[in-house]
Amino acid sequence: MRANFVMGEVGNGLRRNLTMTLAVIITVAVSLGLFGVSLLVRSQVSTMQDFWYDKVEVSIFLCSKGSDTASCSGGEVTTAQRDQIEADLESLRPLVSEIYYESKAEAYTRFTEQFANSPIVDNVTENALPESFRVKLSDPTQYEVVASAFAGRPGVEQVNDQRQILDKFFRLLGGLQLIALIIALTMLVVTVLLIVNTMRVAAFSRRRETSIMRLVGASNFYIQLPFLLEAAIAAGLGALIAIGGLVLTKVVVIDGILAPSFQFTAFVGWDAVIGIAPILLLTGVALAGIAAFLTLRKYLRV
Amino acid sequence: MILFEHVTKLYASQTRPALDDVSLEIERGEFVFLVGPSGSGKSTLLRLILREENTSNGQVWVLGKELGRLSNWKIPALRRQIGTVFQDFRLLPNKTVFENVAFALEVIGKPSSHIKKVVPEVLEVVGLAGKEGRRPDELSGGEQQRVAIARAFVNRPLLLIADEPTGNLDPGTSVGIMKLLDRINRLGTTVLMSTHDAAIVDQMRRRVVELEGGHIVRDQDRGVYGYAR
Ligand SMILES: Nc1ncnc2c1ncn2[C@@H]1O[C@H](COP(=O)(O)OP(=O)(O)OP(=O)(O)O)[C@@H](O)[C@H]1O
Ligand SMILES: [Mg+2]
Repeated sequence: MRANFVMGEVGNGLRRNLTMTLAVIITVAVSLGLFGVSLLVRSQVSTMQDFWYDKVEVSIFLCSKGSDTASCSGGEVTTAQRDQIEADLESLRPLVSEIYYESKAEAYTRFTEQFANSPIVDNVTENALPESFRVKLSDPTQYEVVASAFAGRPGVEQVNDQRQILDKFFRLLGGLQLIALIIALTMLVVTVLLIVNTMRVAAFSRRRETSIMRLVGASNFYIQLPFLLEAAIAAGLGALIAIGGLVLTKVVVIDGILAPSFQFTAFVGWDAVIGIAPILLLTGVALAGIAAFLTLRKYLRV
Repeated sequence: MILFEHVTKLYASQTRPALDDVSLEIERGEFVFLVGPSGSGKSTLLRLILREENTSNGQVWVLGKELGRLSNWKIPALRRQIGTVFQDFRLLPNKTVFENVAFALEVIGKPSSHIKKVVPEVLEVVGLAGKEGRRPDELSGGEQQRVAIARAFVNRPLLLIADEPTGNLDPGTSVGIMKLLDRINRLGTTVLMSTHDAAIVDQMRRRVVELEGGHIVRDQDRGVYGYAR
């Protein structure tokens, strides 16, 4: 194996097909960049899910004087009803991980804090706010168990799951991520085709060399290696650019713009970027590998 | 060295076989002319020896190996023992004489110290000493063919295959090339050469194998080109 001879051939090949090489690098960078962003979005969605699902709770609002739902026809919730609800909640452990009782007074305090600068506060009295049980579930997807146990029972005005509101939002994000992923995968296919074509052109422009190599008994490996390396180097460069783009997205878009403007939620950390980078690099090399497999078998046989 | 046993070659696109039940034996050290009209199957026979084509029927033995059973990855090792020369020289136009010959060694992984030693030697043998730095377009046809022969011979192959090596050269230049091939043969390399050049065959008086329509119609020691069959 003569490394500098092979590297010389690779350098010649890359230079000879400079425009094609650039096209490959750019296409790989763009398609892998998109792929990386869609992976980042997925990781962002799961970061936000962890963050929010951890905070969401199921609220069981109890009847107060003015309630007009059917289950509240008996008027304000009685002490016996309230104790029974609490006991039933306790019996639902470990699904129910935390139970917190919020009295009218506490609800009022929280309300006034939340809307401290708003005139609404002046129109609300302590009695207008319902007392409630705030329940955290160990598995938030099991909301139905709680809802079916308490909704409509006498003394309970309403069972409310914050998670359902979030779910809609996350489904939307998930849909966007899926679209981005599909576009990225399509681009990756296009990229493979482009690399195949580039290698084909390279094989054609070097057909004299390869035919002589074949005649004098160069091994397949020796004949194909320069093409493989060219494709791998171009794809690798493209992947590095894509990774650079990903880092830039994290620094500028996420840390620079989104995080300061939306402080109420969590954003993906560097661990996600570090996890995605090698995937991009491997995908880039795999693209070149697939393209090489498709091309070399056909055009560069012994 | 070379043994054909009832070899038939039918190209996929053809109805008539290019070679039809050909049997032939060539011993080590021989010099053999392959003659016959255009389309008689000479190039096909040579390509079978190089395993550029597979037989449709029958067996070809080269250097002790039956080519039909030779796995693909062993083909390069076979070709390293066979030098090849063609009518159209097949040189790389952007490489010098030295580089063209060196290329054949580089691509089979020979170290550059070895290349620096043997390339000048072989250029000396073919009579191109002093022209190492020229490019093919700065050489005459005869000189270009000498470069191609140097490239074929630089590995000291056991067998040299030449497909109409003088086809593009004038008679005077051809004689020079033939002298060179004769010298290579005397250095111990078996030479198998196809040709249409009657004068050369008649002058050399070596073994002549004549093909016609895919059949061997004559095989003669110390033969001539157009001998009556
Ligand atoms: N690659 C190929 N595919 C199909 N048919 C071919 C191929 N090569 C040669 N043939 C056919 O095989 C027959 C023998 O051709 P070949 O090239 O061996 O003849 P030849 O004796 O070398 O002729 P020439 O003296 O013109 O070089 C011809 O009929 C030719 O058309
Ligand atoms: Mg021919």
